[in-house]
Amino acid sequence: MANPENLKYTKEHEWLLIEDDIATVGITKYAADALGEIVYVDLPKVGSEAAHMKICGEIESTKSVGELYAPMDGEITEVNSALDQAPDRVNKDPFGDGWLIKIRYTSLPDFLSSTEYDALVGE
Amino acid sequence: MLNTLLKAEHDKLGASFTEFGGWEMPVRYGSDIDEHHSVRTGCGLFDISHMAEIRVTGEAEDFLDYALISKLSEIDNGRAKYTMICDDQGGIIDDLIVYRLDDDEFMIVANAGNQHQVVEALNSRLANFPDTKVVDESGMWSLIAMQGPKTKELLGPLVDVDLTVLKYYSIAAAVLDGNDVFLARTGYTGEDGFEIFVSGNPSSIWQLLLSQEGVSACGLACRDTLRLEAGMPLYGHELNKDLTPFAANLGKVIRFDKPAFVGKEALDRDKRPEQRLFGLQGDGRRAARADYEIFLPGETESIGKVTSGVLSPTLQVPIALALLDSNTGLEIGSEVEADVRGTRIFYKVVELPFYKRGR
Repeated sequence: MANPENLKYTKEHEWLLIEDDIATVGITKYAADALGEIVYVDLPKVGSEAAHMKICGEIESTKSVGELYAPMDGEITEVNSALDQAPDRVNKDPFGDGWLIKIRYTSLPDFLSSTEYDALVGE
Repeated sequence: MLNTLLKAEHDKLGASFTEFGGWEMPVRYGSDIDEHHSVRTGCGLFDISHMAEIRVTGEAEDFLDYALISKLSEIDNGRAKYTMICDDQGGIIDDLIVYRLDDDEFMIVANAGNQHQVVEALNSRLANFPDTKVVDESGMWSLIAMQGPKTKELLGPLVDVDLTVLKYYSIAAAVLDGNDVFLARTGYTGEDGFEIFVSGNPSSIWQLLLSQEGVSACGLACRDTLRLEAGMPLYGHELNKDLTPFAANLGKVIRFDKPAFVGKEALDRDKRPEQRLFGLQGDGRRAARADYEIFLPGETESIGKVTSGVLSPTLQVPIALALLDSNTGLEIGSEVEADVRGTRIFYKVVELPFYKRGR
């Protein structure tokens, strides 16, 4: 699966969809594949503060644990609670149903474009 | 990194790969959890050609009685035994399955990562056995494991031997798809199944087995969750050179009634190691992983570490094997806590295995 052109990316293999003052955040297909089958997702509380590059959640697969880094400063406005029951959505549809959190951001650091991210993961 | 002869087949199936014991091995083809369930309910096919095969001939039974901790002279032709090779301090060099092919001929299957250590240790023990030969045949054998409750009915029509009379922990020569193979009723999943030793190119056999209705290709990720549910140790996690078989609750594998074997004195001296393996089961969906610390409830001093831990796909609860202090009074039902990245998670000591197949 190609990395969608309308999204921004981080070196921590997260994607962002930025709409007005809200960023929807997930992990990329590359990251989901590398983790393996995801069995548990621990997401921050709605209303909590997100701080750029601080760990705000965890993604566990059968084999390993991945950390979710807040890609920017802001406030968590929504989390994907459907993942409690169906964490494998992150594998099946990482850029869609498998989204993780929404942040009302207060800063907007530099992100990678899809082309730059493609180059990072060698696609 | 080494590749098995089935690498092209794995590529065709879109496998993801991982390094294991010096080999590039398929870790999963699609979903490792689906692969896990296919072995529990149907039939899964594994390429385990990374495993080492070592043939011992000649005065083989006396030699193996001396070199290994079990009594191999006692098993009949065509039977197999789970055993270990220890150093003179009783430390585990590897765990092994030994198959008796004939009066004077045995095949040892060792872990890929320990191939050289095992071959070297066996060779160094040959001094008083001039008529015994140890030959590392790892390069000539591919090994395919077919595992799960439907294996017997799926494999049966494809071979010239009656699988219903081939008992658990037995091995027989057979013809499969025109190839001479050995069929062993052994495995590492907690299910009934067979391991197929193939010399020559295994691709056509792999394709034939995989084309049977209901057979799924399975990778090492689910092999690990399957063996852990079945309470089976994995070298490098539950077993290593600093541990004796007693620490792994496998003291019964040792036969002290043999006149001499490597490690006997040390093992006889110390039958109660400071730490031993316990089975732990939790609830919820968060699992303690290898190396996470274990505590008695509310305590701050660690009593040991998890050696393997996962959210069990079959039981849907976290399970773990942990190497814990044996003087803490832990028994079945005792509560302990795991530190999961800063959060304490409750576990109970349970009987092993976590999962046992129906008969």
